[in-house]
Amino acid sequence: MKKVMMGNHAISYGATLARVQVIAAYPITPQTQVVELLSEIVADQKLKAEFIKVESEHSAMAACIGASSAGARAFTATSAQGLALMHELLHWAAGARLPIVMANINRAMAPPWTIWTDQNDSLSQRDTGWMQIYCQSNQEVLDSVIMAYKVAEKVLMPVMIVLDAFSLSHTYESVDIPDQALVDKYLPAFDYKYKLDVKNPHTYGGLTTPDWYMEFRIKMHEAMEQALVEIKKEAPVFQKVFGRFYDTVDPYMVDDAETVLVTSGTAASTARFAVDQLRAEGKKVGNLRMRVLRPFPFADVRQQLKNAKKIIIVDRDISYGYHGIWAQEVKSALYGHSQVPVFNFIAGLGGRDIFPETYYNIIALVEKKDKPDQELYWVEVKK
Amino acid sequence: MVEIRFHGRGGQGTVIAGKILADAVSKEDKYVQAFPQFGVERRGAPVFAFIRIDEKPIYIRSKIVLPQHVIVVDPSLIDAIDVTEGLKKGGFILINSSRHPDEFQNLGKDFRVFTVDANDIAIRHRLGSKAAPIVNTAILGAVPRIFDFVKLASIVQSVREGVPVNPDENAAAAQEAYDSVIGV
Repeated sequence: MKKVMMGNHAISYGATLARVQVIAAYPITPQTQVVELLSEIVADQKLKAEFIKVESEHSAMAACIGASSAGARAFTATSAQGLALMHELLHWAAGARLPIVMANINRAMAPPWTIWTDQNDSLSQRDTGWMQIYCQSNQEVLDSVIMAYKVAEKVLMPVMIVLDAFSLSHTYESVDIPDQALVDKYLPAFDYKYKLDVKNPHTYGGLTTPDWYMEFRIKMHEAMEQALVEIKKEAPVFQKVFGRFYDTVDPYMVDDAETVLVTSGTAASTARFAVDQLRAEGKKVGNLRMRVLRPFPFADVRQQLKNAKKIIIVDRDISYGYHGIWAQEVKSALYGHSQVPVFNFIAGLGGRDIFPETYYNIIALVEKKDKPDQELYWVEVKK
Repeated sequence: MVEIRFHGRGGQGTVIAGKILADAVSKEDKYVQAFPQFGVERRGAPVFAFIRIDEKPIYIRSKIVLPQHVIVVDPSLIDAIDVTEGLKKGGFILINSSRHPDEFQNLGKDFRVFTVDANDIAIRHRLGSKAAPIVNTAILGAVPRIFDFVKLASIVQSVREGVPVNPDENAAAAQEAYDSVIGV
């Protein structure tokens, strides 16, 4: 069934279809409608779930950790400062190997106070052990929530579904809501092997000496490597059931492209539009949309960028005193595999719009240079 | 692709109008994207909403800077802001007003003005209060009269499904607005 909905509600429908059993969340703009709708769905008894009101995001994640430890499918959603407040427990959820799924609506970090989009909030949680999946449409948001539980529960690692504030969260578009029966078949009930059970007591997360701590970490890393295999494996399975294909990366006209833009989120969607216009002018430009940040898709990135003569990474984020964060990631993957010059542009921070013209200007600047003469370039900023 | 900008004031249902129009267009199997001006809206403050309509998937996701058409939900905005900013030559301006389109010639010769008295229609159908009528469904009824991207039947159906209360009154307001557009 098709329905016009905002991105925030696409998350709510995804969580409902996934039959989440515990929802704990604290409201924050631009995430608020996610839990508003979920609370209505639970109150109307259309979803059999516990809706736990909490006093902070830290508590929201703590409640999800407790619920997931008991074997429930747990869900939360947040943004920016809320995600930052969860930081300690993000490590805990991943370290405890709990398949929690969370939606983070990208909102720039304060100060100065802001509610608009950029990716610094989620990207700065890169090393917590959460998978991160960046979406470009409301359909992808709904579908990704369902797929996320499938992968999370296979490898026992949590997943963060990431989408832009407003340009997805508050944007209405037509979304296909899959049949519940199909979702149930694709995503059966979760039977957690290690769940808390008073009849079979265990110790969880206890003091671990240097003799064993590292082995826990190796297992987490291996689980993430396996997660990459599972994401690749799920793509055609999901497509067969629901007709939509989601890979780790989303290439558009990269095969014969001399210059490839590397983008993510809704900025990637606009980049695809820009590529069509640039192609019409005869410019051999392509776009590689990064969808999965963790586990990082090394092989796919190297494969998709192997024919490029120039690579342009457009970051809607910044690691102060370094590069954009996607640029670090992609450059690191290419090191030793490619001699192609890589340009890094920082654009659209704090919700500043990224227009097709933004890309035309970037391409025009790069056309004049054989290789970058700066570590990074700021786009469309006031002097 | 058609790109339209709505001008209204917080509390008039301008953003919901965009959503309902998106729903109606979607019923006709077209692609659509509707979004508000991303900000902190307050009751009475000028608000914007935008809609893109196309026969193929819409990938551009930046704000609409150069709209083809403009819909003015609150005519008092005409004196407060430039509702024609960025409006493309030949664009249509649909205004909620009891006045004749000829009285809006100051908006420029490059555009074609239509009016519909959505306030009066909304008040007579008891939508909102006399002081603050909710005019969005009446304005939407005028849309299929001047644009060919959506039919009245789709608008009426989406209005019925999209309003929280009084579906019959809202649908009747849309129908009446369709019949009373001036300037066609």
